[in-house]
Amino acid sequence: MSSPNSAYPDIPEATKPKRHEWPLWEVFIRGQHGMSHRHVGSLHAPDAEMAVKNARDVYTRRNEGVSIWVVEARHIAASSPSDKGPLYEPSESKVYRHPTFFDIPDEVGAM
Amino acid sequence: MTHEEAFFEFLCRMGDNPLILGHRVSEWCGLAPVLEEDIALANTALDLIGQTQMWLGLAGEVEGAGRSADDLAMLRDVWDFRNVLLAEQPNGDFGQTMMRQYLFDQFHVLLLHKLAASSDERVAAIAAKAVKEVAYHVERSRDTVIGLGDGTSESHLRMQAALDLLWPYVGEMFTDDAVSTQMAEAGIAPDPSTLRADWDALVQATMAEATLVIPDSLFAHAGGKTGTRHTEHLGHLLTQMQWLQRAYPGATW
Repeated sequence: MSSPNSAYPDIPEATKPKRHEWPLWEVFIRGQHGMSHRHVGSLHAPDAEMAVKNARDVYTRRNEGVSIWVVEARHIAASSPSDKGPLYEPSESKVYRHPTFFDIPDEVGAM
Repeated sequence: MTHEEAFFEFLCRMGDNPLILGHRVSEWCGLAPVLEEDIALANTALDLIGQTQMWLGLAGEVEGAGRSADDLAMLRDVWDFRNVLLAEQPNGDFGQTMMRQYLFDQFHVLLLHKLAASSDERVAAIAAKAVKEVAYHVERSRDTVIGLGDGTSESHLRMQAALDLLWPYVGEMFTDDAVSTQMAEAGIAPDPSTLRADWDALVQATMAEATLVIPDSLFAHAGGKTGTRHTEHLGHLLTQMQWLQRAYPGATW
């Protein structure tokens, strides 16, 4: 029996077309005043062009951005949460790596 | 017809098209097939209704009878509306909505480009603002028509059915009459018939890419932009759109 929410309620289960989900895209927006693109969220779209359009409609409605990047989520390589200990904890005890012990000359500008 | 009367008619046509189409598109809010399209459609509807406020605001000013954009939108009845019949056609399925949108957007963007050079600077200013929004609308609706037309066999069939269904409502957008001729002579707006060749070329290219066949017919329903014979759908739409003013006349917040 087909579920009431089925997209094709009148077609028997066996011959039903397979529902193809659009791939997931991660969206990065560069704001009015920022220099870098920041991750703002994700969305679904059939291709890169539509992903940019959807990002425009979903994430820049309130004048948030001047530039959009999208990348298919499957192309992002990420560190594993279970590696958190060995990856990040060793730096916790190494405060001397922070550049807060130096006076930065004004001429350097924004860093 | 005096110049002011013709100008008022013209401005009602400009304002009623986005009002009625915008209301139609807003009917998808919360119901579109995917979240991204839902938001995009709501954005389009809001753009269109924003344009209506400008056009009908100016219409009220030109009429000089003290009517505001809200009065014109909410207190007129079917026979006073001047939108083309295409705009009031029901949403149907998502494909039919996007086909209606593309056929109108392609006309709208060509018209607004011309109006941005209108001899009336108020018209030119509204058109210059609206054309940026509509340039995006047509890009989006065109891509969707191509994507669905040249998509699966199911989506292709639905898009071809939508094109066949809506094609008889295309011709009305391009008919000239006494109002448009007066506007053309005053340099305010082009005769709509002058936009047809460009529209045809663009739509033919889109439909070719979408693998859709344009019906071989020039038959065109008429009566929307003159208000003489709207389709039955407009009355039903107005019962929704004007419900609050009909139930509670004069209600404000």
